[in-house]
Amino acid sequence: MEKSLLEIKSVSKQFGGFAALSGVSIDVAGGERFGLIGPNGSGKTTLINCISGVLDNDGGSIVFDGEELSGLPAYQRTRRGIARSFQIPRPFASMSVLENLVVPLEYVVHRGSLHLADTEAEAMEILRGIGLADKARTQSNQLSQVELRKLELARAMAARPRLLISDEAMAGLSANEVSEVLEILFKLNASGITIIMIEHIMQAVMKFSQRIVCLDAGRIICEGAPGTIVANTDVQKAYLGA
Amino acid sequence: MLRFTVGALAVLGLIAALPLAVHNEYWFFAGYVVLQYIVLATAWNILGGYAGYVNFGTGAFFAVGAYTAVALYKAFALPLGLQILAGAAASGLLGFGVGMLTLRLRGIFFSIATIAVAIVLETVVLNWQYVGGAKGLPILRPAETPFFGNYTVWLFFVMALIALVAVGSARYVETSWIGRGLRAIRDNEGAAECSGVPTLKLKLGAATLSGALMGAAGAPYAQYLSFIEPTSSFSLNHAVNALAMPIIGGMGHWIGPVIGAVLLGTLQQVVTVTVSSEVNVLVVGVMLVVFVVAAPEGILGLVKRWKKASSK
Repeated sequence: MEKSLLEIKSVSKQFGGFAALSGVSIDVAGGERFGLIGPNGSGKTTLINCISGVLDNDGGSIVFDGEELSGLPAYQRTRRGIARSFQIPRPFASMSVLENLVVPLEYVVHRGSLHLADTEAEAMEILRGIGLADKARTQSNQLSQVELRKLELARAMAARPRLLISDEAMAGLSANEVSEVLEILFKLNASGITIIMIEHIMQAVMKFSQRIVCLDAGRIICEGAPGTIVANTDVQKAYLGA
Repeated sequence: MLRFTVGALAVLGLIAALPLAVHNEYWFFAGYVVLQYIVLATAWNILGGYAGYVNFGTGAFFAVGAYTAVALYKAFALPLGLQILAGAAASGLLGFGVGMLTLRLRGIFFSIATIAVAIVLETVVLNWQYVGGAKGLPILRPAETPFFGNYTVWLFFVMALIALVAVGSARYVETSWIGRGLRAIRDNEGAAECSGVPTLKLKLGAATLSGALMGAAGAPYAQYLSFIEPTSSFSLNHAVNALAMPIIGGMGHWIGPVIGAVLLGTLQQVVTVTVSSEVNVLVVGVMLVVFVVAAPEGILGLVKRWKKASSK
């Protein structure tokens, strides 16, 4: 296995008296397809919010490619190579699909040094890869659910990440649409991007992930290959309802 | 960019040539107010329209520019150009300061803070005797200027110049990556930050630029009236107009506040002369309600809709 790209060491996060994360430690290797599962309220989204800088962790440390991230604002983390999609799509609604991608390309990749036309051409390439090229000039608030999910991934990709965190990118999609998104994620991983997938659709997580961590009540209850996770009685009890 | 610069220079040339055709000073006196509102509305739109952060304290930024100019004029008899630069710097700093304190928070905190700043600063000026305190201060301005003759005509030209700088700055911000960053903040700040947009820096930059332009608009105010006092300088009318004009014109494009200011500013001047200046606020209020209900994207939105419908 490659060396760790992301090291989460004893991370904790409190909301008032509620411990959303308690001493969570996870290592994610470069190029890995990593699954994060757990029942609602188990701390999955809190953890990725801490990784991406949306929230500050109260305790522990988060190290990305050897650099401590704690205290860095979200945009700095994105510039260091961590991109994420959101559970509920958050498009830039006043912009076209293409413009949605131009923003991270300008702010992360080129820092305003490239002409708009060239940046747009680059954004078009990403849209082609993800199957949204025909919607490039469409206002992003006109998209269907699956198109919004793809836009979330495309916008994250435009930041040229080394680590992509996909937060329930398949929620609310049909079986065909799930396969479509899964195919995109496999393709991105094949291009060298490490992917953390948070998902409730078990078939998709099991098919995609090389390794999975299951959280419950802010703690890790099981870690291992998909087969190990499925066979674990704690996971079955906490998550699968057995 | 070249087309805009040529257009702006042509407009400025036309304005400079106006005194040759228009001999009644009143037109310049009234036109000055319309130009002043172009600056205020454009400045407001940089933060309120592009980034979605509503400033209710336009009067404070305007008055800080005005009183900075008055204080420097009284102390050092600074020329108008330097007064404007100093007024812009002081209001820009105010924008930066208020932003530093409140723009880390999302939502309405900035808006509330701008109201508070206006009240606090007005109270300070009311008790600042050097610039006249509550009773105000008369300003002796030169009667004539070398090129324009009448001083009101000169001030009209100066305000036109400030308006062009304001509109040019807004256009640059809007069409550059800075503008796209501000729009991303307005649409979804969390997603913008995760897309690499340094949201706080951009908001601070916009607050500083917006404040500076408002201060520049306020700096010649005392010279224009030959008098300054706190109530009209800090007037809530500045805030209401600066907010209403972009909403009526259309907030998404730099020309929107210009259209709103020309329309509303001219209408207010007509109402002032034909009815009463007190009716001005009513005019703004009625138009604001009509546009918010019937055309929330302003006149530009109406034009866009009309174009879309006629192309079908």
